[in-house]
Amino acid sequence: MPSIAAVSRRGLMVSGISALGAAAFGLPRQAFSQVKTKARIVIAGAGAAGLAAAARLSDRLDGAQITLIDARKEHYYQPGFTLVAGGLKPAGYTISSTASHIPRGVTLIEETVAEFDPEGRKVKTSSGRSVEYDFLIVATGLHLDYAAIAGMDTSLIGSNGIGSVYAGPEFAAATWRELSRFADAGGVGLFGRPAIEMKCAGAPLKYTFIADDHLRRRGNRGRAELIYAANNNTLFGVPIVSEKVRMLFQDRGVKVVHDHVMTAIDPARRIATFRTPQGTRDIGYDFVNVIPPMRAPDAVRNSPLPWRDGPFAADGWLDVDRHTLRHRRYRNVFGVGDIAGVPKGKTAASVKWQVPVAVDHLVADIDGKVSTASYNGYTSCPLITRIGRAMLVEFDYDNNLVPSFPGVIAPLEELWVSWVMKEIALKPTYLAMLRGQA
Amino acid sequence: MKDLDVFVLVAVFQEMLGWLFWPLVILVVLGLVGFVGVIVRDRGIYARRFVIAELVGVAGGFFGIWLMLTITSSQLSDIGGPIDWVLMVVIWLAGAIGAAVVAYIGLAALDSTRRSPVAQRAPPLEAASRA
Ligand SMILES: Cc1cc2nc3c(=O)[nH]c(=O)nc-3n(C[C@H](O)[C@H](O)[C@H](O)COP(=O)(O)OP(=O)(O)OC[C@H]3O[C@@H](n4cnc5c(N)ncnc54)[C@H](O)[C@@H]3O)c2cc1C
Repeated sequence: MPSIAAVSRRGLMVSGISALGAAAFGLPRQAFSQVKTKARIVIAGAGAAGLAAAARLSDRLDGAQITLIDARKEHYYQPGFTLVAGGLKPAGYTISSTASHIPRGVTLIEETVAEFDPEGRKVKTSSGRSVEYDFLIVATGLHLDYAAIAGMDTSLIGSNGIGSVYAGPEFAAATWRELSRFADAGGVGLFGRPAIEMKCAGAPLKYTFIADDHLRRRGNRGRAELIYAANNNTLFGVPIVSEKVRMLFQDRGVKVVHDHVMTAIDPARRIATFRTPQGTRDIGYDFVNVIPPMRAPDAVRNSPLPWRDGPFAADGWLDVDRHTLRHRRYRNVFGVGDIAGVPKGKTAASVKWQVPVAVDHLVADIDGKVSTASYNGYTSCPLITRIGRAMLVEFDYDNNLVPSFPGVIAPLEELWVSWVMKEIALKPTYLAMLRGQA
Repeated sequence: MKDLDVFVLVAVFQEMLGWLFWPLVILVVLGLVGFVGVIVRDRGIYARRFVIAELVGVAGGFFGIWLMLTITSSQLSDIGGPIDWVLMVVIWLAGAIGAAVVAYIGLAALDSTRRSPVAQRAPPLEAASRA
């Protein structure tokens, strides 16, 4: 299903080299006529999804007043956290400044959205400022709820064998220091994932494989026991991938325990406590990768915007239609990225597919047209299986594999080419996405 | 991947290479133009230069592979399937062709500084191969 942008860009190609040059130089692509409007569009959150949406909207609208609201001065390329925690990149690899990504003509308010008022069509910022809108895009990402694990605190990351790849660039670097120490000393390495929706469900698996590889490279695999504590009876949401991971874990000698959800940690005694169907169970560790439960940020949770029932209600995920990303109750509100209450998703790759769809619907509203753009749940995850190899797993809402390069790059094969993509092509693609060009 | 067209590829390569992108594009174009220019000027390919350039090219191919492995923190044993071999061959070819073209132009430039302008205009002395 080609988006309008794609169709018109293909049309552009016939107009030849000059157009190519114009697009490549980052000039706005003017091939589709811009829609003239005075609409006020507020985007809450200037992460992957918010920035990509701002870029696409400013490309397609002429005269719109687009405002991004986000207090965070640093922008994080989060898929890089895994490489930082794997000892392959420095923390700085994942950090840039939010301001450097703001498209021309878009205003950035460096504050947090404290309150959403969809009835009054306005948001209130942390300083109490009220910002009115005609359209709202919620792109706040999610909140890492470390407090939900008793005894856990981000200040513990990097000491006593505690790592946490998710917490941020410096925490990922601290996690690497702990993992590296573990790879020298051996012992019990404990991995796992939270029970509820999470971003990049492949990341906990990747890090287990990376740990295994470092131990092998240092000749210490025999001195270590690796345990993966799965939250339910699978290893991944897509059955065919789950089965493949089971085989790989068996091959690498990773012990799997199922139906284990971490509820507490005792840093001094190095013991993690899990909730299991048989009651609580303690597992001792020498290294642990703590991945906390993930929920919607408070401002969203406490607003009228989340699901009111169903599986996405408890954690406050935005009540959007899974194919259009439009709010099911407030038609001038859209939710993209991790905050969207849709199955799967929650990767930068899904952002890349969601944003053009939501933007197309929003622009069509302004233009008095109807958009047919639809998001099929596309999510992708270059599942690292060792340093130097990965599986390029891509799937949709229905658990179908949807490979980008069918017949060329096999999705369930451990390949160097998939690793090379993760290493050198993913970040450039992500940055191009922030500019609305990928 | 959605919308995988020329524009996306250009945008991605631009991000990948940063400020190096346009200088590199210009370098590649200049290299090709220079190569063709030298052949046209000499009305053929100098066999001696060509053989040396080919040898440099072989080394350039392996250098390309070494560079790629180093940049991506990988090793030869990471090759996992047929497509990985294809990528290796493509990288080798890119390195080889690039190095050979640069070497050929370099040798031609060396030759012309050694020769008088008149001699430069003369047809190739060594067995000119137009085959
Ligand atoms: C360790 C790890 C590995 C990953 N690996 C991959 C991978 O291999 N491939 C992949 O595709 N994806 C991966 N991801 C997921 C990917 O990074 C996220 O899905 C993506 O960043 C989501 O974009 P977003 O804009 O929704 O959220 P974010 O990029 O997190 O941005 C949210 C923004 O909203 C702001 N915000 C929050 N609350 C408010 C508020 N109340 N008001 C205003 N602003 C607010 C935040 O400051 C932040 O800047 C990984 C993530 C992690 C953590």
